[in-house]
Amino acid sequence: MNALITARGITKHFGATKALDGVDLDINAGEVHVLLGENGAGKSTLVKVLAGIHSHDAGTIEGHASLAVIHQELALVPELTVAENLFLNRLPRRFGFVDRAEMRRRAPELLDRVGLHVDPNAKVKDLGIAQQQMIEIARALDKNAGVLILDEPTAVLTDTETDRLLEIMAQLRHNGVGLVFITHHLDEIQRIADRITILRDGKSVGVLGPRATTQHMIELMVGRPIDEQYPRARQRPGQPLLSISGLTKRGVFRDITIEVHAGEVVGIAGLVGAGRTEVARAAFGVDDYDHGTVEVDGKPLRRHDVQAAIKAGLGLVPEDRKGQGLVLTATVGENLELVTLDNRDRKRLSDIAGKLRIKGRVEQPVKELSGGNQQKVVIGKWLLADPKVLILDEPTRGVDVGAKVEIYELINRMTAQGRAVLLVSSDLPEVIGMSDRVVVMAHGRVAGELPRGATQDQVMALAVQEISA
Amino acid sequence: MTTISIRKYASENGALAGLIILALVIAIMQPAFLNAQNLLNVGVQAAVIAIMAFGMTFVVVAGGIDLSVGSIAALAAMVGALTAGPLGLVVGALCGLVNGALISYGKLPPFIATLAMLSVARGLTLVFSEGQPHETDALVTFLGSNLAPMVPLPLLLMLAFFGLTGLILTRTNLGRRMYAIGGNEEAAKLSGIDVRNQKLWIYALSGLFAAAAGLVLAGRLGSAGPQAAAGYELDAIAAVVIGGASLSGGVGRATGTLVGALVLAVLRNGLNLLQVPPFWQQVVIGAVIALAALLDSLRRR
Repeated sequence: MNALITARGITKHFGATKALDGVDLDINAGEVHVLLGENGAGKSTLVKVLAGIHSHDAGTIEGHASLAVIHQELALVPELTVAENLFLNRLPRRFGFVDRAEMRRRAPELLDRVGLHVDPNAKVKDLGIAQQQMIEIARALDKNAGVLILDEPTAVLTDTETDRLLEIMAQLRHNGVGLVFITHHLDEIQRIADRITILRDGKSVGVLGPRATTQHMIELMVGRPIDEQYPRARQRPGQPLLSISGLTKRGVFRDITIEVHAGEVVGIAGLVGAGRTEVARAAFGVDDYDHGTVEVDGKPLRRHDVQAAIKAGLGLVPEDRKGQGLVLTATVGENLELVTLDNRDRKRLSDIAGKLRIKGRVEQPVKELSGGNQQKVVIGKWLLADPKVLILDEPTRGVDVGAKVEIYELINRMTAQGRAVLLVSSDLPEVIGMSDRVVVMAHGRVAGELPRGATQDQVMALAVQEISA
Repeated sequence: MTTISIRKYASENGALAGLIILALVIAIMQPAFLNAQNLLNVGVQAAVIAIMAFGMTFVVVAGGIDLSVGSIAALAAMVGALTAGPLGLVVGALCGLVNGALISYGKLPPFIATLAMLSVARGLTLVFSEGQPHETDALVTFLGSNLAPMVPLPLLLMLAFFGLTGLILTRTNLGRRMYAIGGNEEAAKLSGIDVRNQKLWIYALSGLFAAAAGLVLAGRLGSAGPQAAAGYELDAIAAVVIGGASLSGGVGRATGTLVGALVLAVLRNGLNLLQVPPFWQQVVIGAVIALAALLDSLRRR
């Protein structure tokens, strides 16, 4: 095998903590090498050391291939055009001015290499996130990068977009590029990985081949056996706690009727853009709607009124943890008491923090926590408010496997206490595995409902169906 | 103390360390600085800006800005001089409420809404005063006087407002909500905080504090002038920023703002004692503001 980069015994300290501890990694030409590990296991640090952003304290890195990193936060300028972004920092020039003609000529061939067909003169902000990611990859390819590192690129992509990205990765592999791929989605790993290096607490705990089982990967990652990936414990459903009926918002969603009973988990599946998040926000009173009613425990809610929704016993864990869920400038405790400021209770607060197994002190700034622990803080703030119904919108996005299972256990505990959960998720195995019923949305409508035990194919068939208006 | 807690302490009290160093340097170069009467003067000089800056702290913590505090101070003082002091406070709070309403319900950026108020309040001051200074009544004059020899009331008022600000920021729901709104307005909204309603009160508080500062200023001078407190809003913002608050919101403390206001007063006093020409004083003050912000930004990295 043709090794492009060989790293041996990489060790890196941050203050007293050892972020990397003697990690070995080979990046070979024409190979997809997956880095797998929980948040905080050292994946990002390793990538930054390889890219030369961090220095390392011990170990060697050999290799001559140029290296490009696609970070999860995209490094594009939204107000500039596709072509300008492609050649950012090395715009072709003529007589000292930007040579637009040359740029327009070269852009399409670059875009072609990643199979992206967009107008090079379109502004980047008008493109979807998947297309933006392709532009970053095209830009990296133009620099003739021999090694491409993709840091959780699929976290923000829909399934079709992910398929497209995996195809392009396979194409690049065929062309002899060495790829390093970081992802939390084990099914993607099984589809594309040639080799899997698993990190835990800064150490490489195993290198697996392409036919590794999910079970094996998870156990190496968390360092203990996990009984079940989706440990749903069903309850006998009680009275209806959340009744959404005929909810309509022109041009966004239409005639949505969903009922969630006490002790029940109802999932909402569907493609991105099907209107799931919009329904969740409207039901919670964040956004207004045109027709329909929302009832919590039999009492109708005033529309477009978050305070009324909370008072009635509704809670929402929003999809964008950092943008909508947390006050990042504040501490764990301050975030936990955000909903319940009016009747603060220090003791319950530290109780909840303990129960949720939030790693970190109550006085610690919440931004220092890992994604999983941050999400537990957002959920915890609602548990303090003692809601009857909790809407969870993408609760495990960007959360590592260990914390995921803990969040699932929380869902079980809530329903065991007679609460109801509405689970919006793009993660098909999750929404199928954790829900007692799955409502599938397509084009702003309810396309159908499936009982527990539905297959991914059944969900997808409903999700992609065309609905005549 | 462990190294970490020393570092934490230093990083949280950078402005205080700066104030102490500044005072030491001036004291060495001009020992008269340490004269008790001079130190009291510094306190009195700091009082007006400090009270204004405490109100500004609420706004900045909540992620906003209030450019109208200087004009509101002048208007409140003028109304106080023409009618009665307490009415000045009411007018100040009302101006703040209008700011809050424009920002919450009119969805104007705070910069624009309060820029408009800066002009309107100053204009009204000129209209009411017909361009003339007016003598203050006994009550307002009392605010600027000495309670007893060596006990200037402005200094005590500054400390009272300092305590009040700390109390509001750390011990009231309104205060806790300021941090949430400034740290992440969307998260605050989704947590059931009535952001629009809270902003009304936040800007009203800023207006009220500005009015109080205006009355103290008029009391010290014995009259309310049509151009009083012009440009003070910039000193107030500088005090808040020197005190470690972030203009992007969510961060700021009463102690920091007090120290920030004292830094400005000590600096002005010191430059006078050292007989630095007034034109150069402006340059030095600007440089100190830049330096404070620079140190703060380095510290955060």
